[in-house]
Amino acid sequence: MQIELTVNDKVVLWEVGNDEFLADTLRSHGYLSVKKACETSCCGLCTIWIDGKSMLSCSILSLRAHGKKVTTIEGLPKEAEEFAQILSAEGAEQCGFCSPGFIMSVLAMKNELVNPTEEEIIHYLTGNLCRCTGYMGQLRAIKTYLGVA
Amino acid sequence: MKNVGHSIRKIDGMAVATGKPVYTEDLAMPNALVIKILRSPHAYAKITSIDVSRAESIEGVECVLTYRDVPNQRFTLAGQSYPEPSPYDRLILDQVLRYVGDEVAIIAAVDEKTAHRAMKNIKVEYEVLDPVLDFEEAIGHPSVVHPEEDLSVNFDIGLQKEMNITSASHEEVGDVEEEFKRCAVIVEDVYYPQAQAHTMMETYRSFTYLDHAGRLVVLSSTQVPFHIRRQLARALKIPASKIRVIKPRIGGGFGGKQTGAGDIFAAIVTIKTGKPALIIYDRKETFSATTSRHAMRLKVKLGADSDGIIRAIDMEVLSDTGAYGEHAPTVLSCVGHYTLPLYNKTRAVRFDGKAVYTNKMPAGAFRGYGATQGTFALESTVNKLAEQLNMDPTEIRLKNISKVGETFLTGQGVALGSTSLDRCIAKGKELISWEEKFPRQEIGDNKVRAVGMAITMQGSGIANIGTASVEIRLNDDGNFTLLTGATDMGTGCDTILTQIAADALEVPMEMIIINAGDTDTSPYDPGSYASSTTYLAGSAVIKAAEELRGKILEQGALFLGVSVEDVEFDGLAVRTLRGDKDISFAKLAELTVLGNGKLQLVGYATHGSEVSPPPYVAGFAEVEVDQETGKVDLIDYVAVIDCGTVINPALARIQAEGGIAQGIGMALYEQVRYDEIGRMATNSFMQYKIPTRKDVGKIRIAFEESFEPTGPFGAKSIGEVVANTPPPAIAHAIYNAVGVRENHLPITPEKVFLGMLK
Amino acid sequence: MFTMLNLVQPKELEEAYQIFSEKRNNTILGGCAFLKMGRKRITTGIDLSNLNLNYIQERDGFIEIGAMASLRDIEINPLLKDNYNGVLAKSVRDIIGVQFRNGVTVGASVYSKYGFSDLITALLSLDTEVELFKAGRMPLEEFLAQPKEKDILVRLWIRKTSRQAVYLSFRNSATDYSVLNVAVSKLNEQWKIAVGARPSIAALAVSASEMLVGEMPSSERIEMAVQKVTEELSFGTNTRGTSVYRKALCKALVRRGILEVMACKSN
Repeated sequence: MQIELTVNDKVVLWEVGNDEFLADTLRSHGYLSVKKACETSCCGLCTIWIDGKSMLSCSILSLRAHGKKVTTIEGLPKEAEEFAQILSAEGAEQCGFCSPGFIMSVLAMKNELVNPTEEEIIHYLTGNLCRCTGYMGQLRAIKTYLGVA
Repeated sequence: MKNVGHSIRKIDGMAVATGKPVYTEDLAMPNALVIKILRSPHAYAKITSIDVSRAESIEGVECVLTYRDVPNQRFTLAGQSYPEPSPYDRLILDQVLRYVGDEVAIIAAVDEKTAHRAMKNIKVEYEVLDPVLDFEEAIGHPSVVHPEEDLSVNFDIGLQKEMNITSASHEEVGDVEEEFKRCAVIVEDVYYPQAQAHTMMETYRSFTYLDHAGRLVVLSSTQVPFHIRRQLARALKIPASKIRVIKPRIGGGFGGKQTGAGDIFAAIVTIKTGKPALIIYDRKETFSATTSRHAMRLKVKLGADSDGIIRAIDMEVLSDTGAYGEHAPTVLSCVGHYTLPLYNKTRAVRFDGKAVYTNKMPAGAFRGYGATQGTFALESTVNKLAEQLNMDPTEIRLKNISKVGETFLTGQGVALGSTSLDRCIAKGKELISWEEKFPRQEIGDNKVRAVGMAITMQGSGIANIGTASVEIRLNDDGNFTLLTGATDMGTGCDTILTQIAADALEVPMEMIIINAGDTDTSPYDPGSYASSTTYLAGSAVIKAAEELRGKILEQGALFLGVSVEDVEFDGLAVRTLRGDKDISFAKLAELTVLGNGKLQLVGYATHGSEVSPPPYVAGFAEVEVDQETGKVDLIDYVAVIDCGTVINPALARIQAEGGIAQGIGMALYEQVRYDEIGRMATNSFMQYKIPTRKDVGKIRIAFEESFEPTGPFGAKSIGEVVANTPPPAIAHAIYNAVGVRENHLPITPEKVFLGMLK
Repeated sequence: MFTMLNLVQPKELEEAYQIFSEKRNNTILGGCAFLKMGRKRITTGIDLSNLNLNYIQERDGFIEIGAMASLRDIEINPLLKDNYNGVLAKSVRDIIGVQFRNGVTVGASVYSKYGFSDLITALLSLDTEVELFKAGRMPLEEFLAQPKEKDILVRLWIRKTSRQAVYLSFRNSATDYSVLNVAVSKLNEQWKIAVGARPSIAALAVSASEMLVGEMPSSERIEMAVQKVTEELSFGTNTRGTSVYRKALCKALVRRGILEVMACKSN
């Protein structure tokens, strides 16, 4: 089936399978920032935005993206760069495989929460797993980024 | 120093963080064949018939391979220096299947759907055999996991395959029994650290193709490119010269990627079909058909004088290596090697261990490599000893730990070159407020807070075996290329080695191009494991840089028409001591590469070490236990680290925080579990819970630098040692909180609860 | 591997139901997170996205939740925050993560009757009705007791009252399935205690609830009720906990739940 959607502010017409998931569709069209790591909808690596909301692209049927506005980290170069600079200054990207999905969550959080507390930050990002860093460096980076204590 | 000692951003940091296509899957050709593996549904079985004709006839299926199609050559997937200690006990595909998940057939098709369809159309009949599932019953079990005649070893590892014994290890100095008789206090206990899954975020994957010269190129998410090349050459019976292994950016390893997985299947498909092929293990396969940490049973007996000096240590270990013996002998011996030297006032020590085959997923290398299991057992016993002697657990450590210049009973006379462990303990006590908090405080609502601690050591590289070779070239434009086989798996060694090279050459980091992890172009390096890279490759970098500096001075002097004693480095130039003449690196490069010089300047070094200096950690945990439910909340974890000189504080801190988190997972949450017929019950992140950011509490890291005389700029290792203290420190804190001594990891709330009922 | 031959996005419920009934393996799609984990071969997947069922609103003395509202909607909806002591938001907040809850739908969560469900336990402690396309409106308890029939869950109706409720779950780690979960509520002098993940589906402890008469039951009464819950409900064993442990947890959580409800400011 054909779908029409906006990916990173560009309107595209894509042919997709009925049981195809958005993460695969995006990767096949070159949005290689989208990573997958679990098959059970619980690692957060494939996080993208649909109409500004963070979603698991591995679990969304591509057909459901029809008419929607999809954003990947490739579509937010400025914001991503700004936060990635802070993250990598902490060394907290480590292997980097979970970083794009994580950054998409952080940027969504920034849009959604005003002056979040440490607890609110942790709660918002719990769905983003990381096996390298132990999460502390990510938290330091977020606090620096948001200018909260 | 301009770079060493500074928190320099990882050179690949921005690219990986912002999702640039730099990992194996990103780099694979879009038309690559998709490989899927049909896996055994039985823990132990023999294929009596297998029919792939229907599968092969499906349009889009390129090939379906079975045990009949593979070379009759046993090999090991363990990534170890040759001659590998691990037994050659596996075939690419075998008629005998030794665990649920063992490979039955390799399917290559144009896409995933077709490959899955083909898989469903393979007809297999099995003769189901009685599996060995309980590792404590493996020795002498009626079923023999490896009855085959052609299993071989490179040297004696104590293998007794008819008894299911993969390897044995024994080390003894002094008379332990006699010493125990003289001791005022004896404590002993039995410990069961569990199998743990690595769960790196990027699962195992490999992309293969034939290049313009018909050579097999393997892009692999591996920690050990050179070992993979040797492994493939042996298993496929082709010369290593026909294989090139390239490691792109990789999404975590933790030792898992020190064992081959998938490369061999992609490689054989490419060789059989001539076509590019890509294998990506899904998460379920990664959990259930690769490797885990070795589950073990450890019996520890300690004897001490009444003043707390430990005089005798006896350790007996049984290690579950699963269906194949990858890393079985070395992980086993490392249990002793990385624990017994912690306390060197002993008069006798004994270590006796066996690794056994069972019909479960193989165990393999995992950060800590036996030290983690050994530390849990030894440190828990030392905590028990402290309690028995009514001594502060930190004091008993301070009385017994090794000091600089001292030797150890089984240490063959090697003197300890550096340690700040005493300072680590003192600093940790201060940071966790030990004096106020030890052992426990009631905080109301049926909740108790308590603290616990443990210390640990590891090595830095493998003495007399591990080597690293490095080449640094002065390029035609005055820049440098650093060639290394060191394998950055996200930990940042490309950056660390560049920092070291920059300081050794006294040039800015930007002038150094690092090229790593390609068996065609890199000098030999065993890869990223055994806490080697900073210590060994870092030293090799310094040596190579020094050689290159010498050559630059020599050439510079030559071009300036003076003797080498009369020149020195001046920024990016060679200058006469009188300061009247100089020649820039760029000019020098031009002249050497081109016409006049005819000698491109290269520094080269191979470095190995006769010692493996231990880094140390003192770990302190504070927990809160709910006495009504047994729930344990980790409140605070303090780790104070001696890794010698800290080359890059930010990267070292992250390594440490991540290692502690992995240790927390092992202490409280994670366990590879099987059902009663040997199927893995924990093959997804829904069933195998790694810590989320809500599960780790607060992790605080501090460094107490020492200076290791044999290390680059005084550095030792840090990668593994950081994983070891959480299980014993947290277990200790829980004991101090509610009096429950839980020796089976992980310490789940229910275990604590049931313990409190006793 | 997840396979689905067709996907339809009907504009009318009738049409959705029609397609749903045509074939045994035609399936209503929620957020697909759980569906994807199974090995179900779906002939036609029916997506309810175009039926305007993604809302939470107040109507006729009820709070009405459309089947396509997400768990994240439940978590952050102001109406649900301000009612029932915010119990529904609390019940879903530990389910995996924000991006997961943004996708998972209320309809699928309730219709699937998963034993581990957090949401169902909390809903049971309220005055919740389920509206099914074919079978119509019925109390949630009744729906849970019925054998699973092919129907479409359209919306939930929760009577808007000043009921105060508390949700407590016990997890071995932060985002794991509950080992046990408990919801306790009180409206005037009437109490409800629901216990889920036993590991079977949530149920009301009716007798225990009846023991808690009055606004402020005595501690003896509370202990009697706590004891009664473990007698009238069944507890089983799975990999996350044994029945013995679940019973012990149940007592601790129910007691805490009652005390927390008593501490709520009634509005």
